[in-house]
Amino acid sequence: MPVFFENRDIVTPGDLLAEGNFEAGRNTYRVDSKIYACKLGLVEYKGRIVNVVALNTFYIPSVGDLVIGKIVEVNLHGWNVDINSPYLATLRASEAFNKPYKPQKNELSEILDIGDLVQAKIIAFDRTRNPLLTIREPGLGKITHGQIVKVSPAKIPRIIGRKGSMISILKKETHCNITVGQNGLIHISGRNAEDERIAVLAIKKIELEAHTSGLTDRVTEMIIKERGVK
Amino acid sequence: MAEKIKLIDENGIRTDGRKPDELRPIKLEVGVLSNADGSAYIEQGKNKILAAVYGPKEVHPRHLALPDRAILRCRYHMAPFSVQERKSPAPSRRETELSKVIREALEPAIFLERFPRTSIDLFIEVLQADGGTRAAGVTVASLALADAGLPMRDLVVACAAGKVDGYIVLDLNDIEDKEGMADVPVAYMPSIDAVGLLQMDGQLTPEEFEEAFNLALEGCRRIYELQKQSLKAKYLAIKESVEEAVEEK
Amino acid sequence: MTSTMISRIRQSQIAQLIASGKRLDGRELTEYRPIQIETGIIEKAEGSARVRLGKTEVMVGIKIELGEPFSDRPNEGVLTTNAEFVPLASPEFEAGPPGEDSVELARVVDRGIRESKAIDLEKLCIIPGKKVFVIFIDIYVLNHDGNLIDASALAALAALTNTKIFKYEVKDGNVEIKPGFEELPLMNFPVAVTLADIDGKLVVDPWLDEEEVMNARLTISFDKDGKICAMQKGGSGTLSPKQIIKAVKLAKEKSEELRSLVVKKA
Repeated sequence: MPVFFENRDIVTPGDLLAEGNFEAGRNTYRVDSKIYACKLGLVEYKGRIVNVVALNTFYIPSVGDLVIGKIVEVNLHGWNVDINSPYLATLRASEAFNKPYKPQKNELSEILDIGDLVQAKIIAFDRTRNPLLTIREPGLGKITHGQIVKVSPAKIPRIIGRKGSMISILKKETHCNITVGQNGLIHISGRNAEDERIAVLAIKKIELEAHTSGLTDRVTEMIIKERGVK
Repeated sequence: MAEKIKLIDENGIRTDGRKPDELRPIKLEVGVLSNADGSAYIEQGKNKILAAVYGPKEVHPRHLALPDRAILRCRYHMAPFSVQERKSPAPSRRETELSKVIREALEPAIFLERFPRTSIDLFIEVLQADGGTRAAGVTVASLALADAGLPMRDLVVACAAGKVDGYIVLDLNDIEDKEGMADVPVAYMPSIDAVGLLQMDGQLTPEEFEEAFNLALEGCRRIYELQKQSLKAKYLAIKESVEEAVEEK
Repeated sequence: MTSTMISRIRQSQIAQLIASGKRLDGRELTEYRPIQIETGIIEKAEGSARVRLGKTEVMVGIKIELGEPFSDRPNEGVLTTNAEFVPLASPEFEAGPPGEDSVELARVVDRGIRESKAIDLEKLCIIPGKKVFVIFIDIYVLNHDGNLIDASALAALAALTNTKIFKYEVKDGNVEIKPGFEELPLMNFPVAVTLADIDGKLVVDPWLDEEEVMNARLTISFDKDGKICAMQKGGSGTLSPKQIIKAVKLAKEKSEELRSLVVKKA
């Protein structure tokens, strides 16, 4: 049963990855017994499943995802939120408060106005309607300080790392609070501007080199070096 | 009667020094515009063409949205300074036709069903034109779509062949296109052996057409390899520099 | 307003029939619908024709005027082709500037006529660089039931075969129109044949419902000597190279049939 690449090779759309008794995993598709890549990325052969880890992608909402969004519209029943996705998300007023609420437009914009940033969770999404958000859980809500970094959503898994290994190192070494939105937006809140700057640098480095190995060590080294410069 | 220009000399060499089955020099670059979701740039001979993709995103106006898939909108446009005699910026009938055939070449490549109710907006701007701009436009647009992270069945590549002074030639330049006997642009997806764009103007016997068509497909396959390389280039360069740095330790 | 969109059941019905070599209207896969051609119906036009291809109906009018040549072709007359998808022809057509479909249709029909050199443009030159004949081919779609390209190309050819061009005399650098007419001489007789790919099978002359189901279409124009003078793939699907070669062979045969309807002499 032939495979045509090695693990972690870079492949392009249309590349024939495998032929025979294989299963088409992420970012691949199947025609008869042939598995092809459908995105630019790193090919991964996991037993019989062939995946492609995309190098660049946009965010498609998934129920349960933590996302960071920006309010773009206030209306009678809630807000429309840009979550860096092809689909505009909706945050209903009922999902912003724990008590029953009677909508009045003026009041809503006092709570969240156009331009405000929020940490939210996706509670519903399917092919027939736009994603619905909630900010009712602890830790969610308006973002009042810190910085936002935007990366390609494809890099989020690498920034989090296996079992959160990369993100814990980042938090520890930069002394920052870092919340990673699945939609590619990351919120950094540190003791001071310098700590936040180093965190941003580290995240950008991971985004650029996500497809290489030995990254964790290099990022740690970089952070230590940046600190030493001061 | 005006002197007829000789497009191919006795040795089979063309006006720009090429042999009949030779492509013009091609340069491809991916990810050249920071605002677009995906972008790419091509130079093919004197052609200079930029492509950018915005999307998938919400459709405006809303009534154009399709419930079960994304729509692909394509605008092929030539800059006023792209040709010898200034071209008016208003869309010409030729640009309208080319926007349509280019879109129909790229649509079958994208898994549009995965993004219902959205639109993918593709812009192809010809900054300098020297024959074969629709083929080069398809080639660069396909890279912009891949750069945007859209799921695709294959890259779409395009190339033209034709008949000039009795020879069947590959990749006609502007003067060969204008003064030659026939021009056959073809867009192709090599992995799945599918033709998405095919046009012809001029006069060819069915046998000559088959020869030109097959030559165009051959040109497509060669350009396809260049497309793949250019998509990977940025990432391979990073990988190399990282591995070098590690070795130096 | 009735929609021309066809139901899923009908779509699969059409596809299934074609897979077994038949079509919903009883035709063979390689058969054209009944064709009726009338010429000379609009007396105020210099040439005209109406073609009925099944229920598709297209009228073409030819108008000839005096005008200036293009700067890069001072010794040639001007040929310009335009198509209008008249709103009464289909619930899908709206009034307004030409959409991409009508632009494409006009350009494909024009290509067939131009590249086959059916009209000797140099003969239309009166005073080089200053005055030439301008031939307007206006395609008017009256009822859309599929395959507008073939119907339009046929109507354009038929209209050209009975086009009269007025006599003139050049006096002191001015063009004076004289009484009487001449027939516009035609050097070639281009004909367009469109095939549709439905689930891998090629069908000739797709009608409206088949166009909704088809994967892609290929139009090939042939001149009187069997040379290809224009080609256009249309639709959002693809064709394999093998199919394209097959289509060319089939189209060539059909083009001879179509031409014989317009051109009575050999």
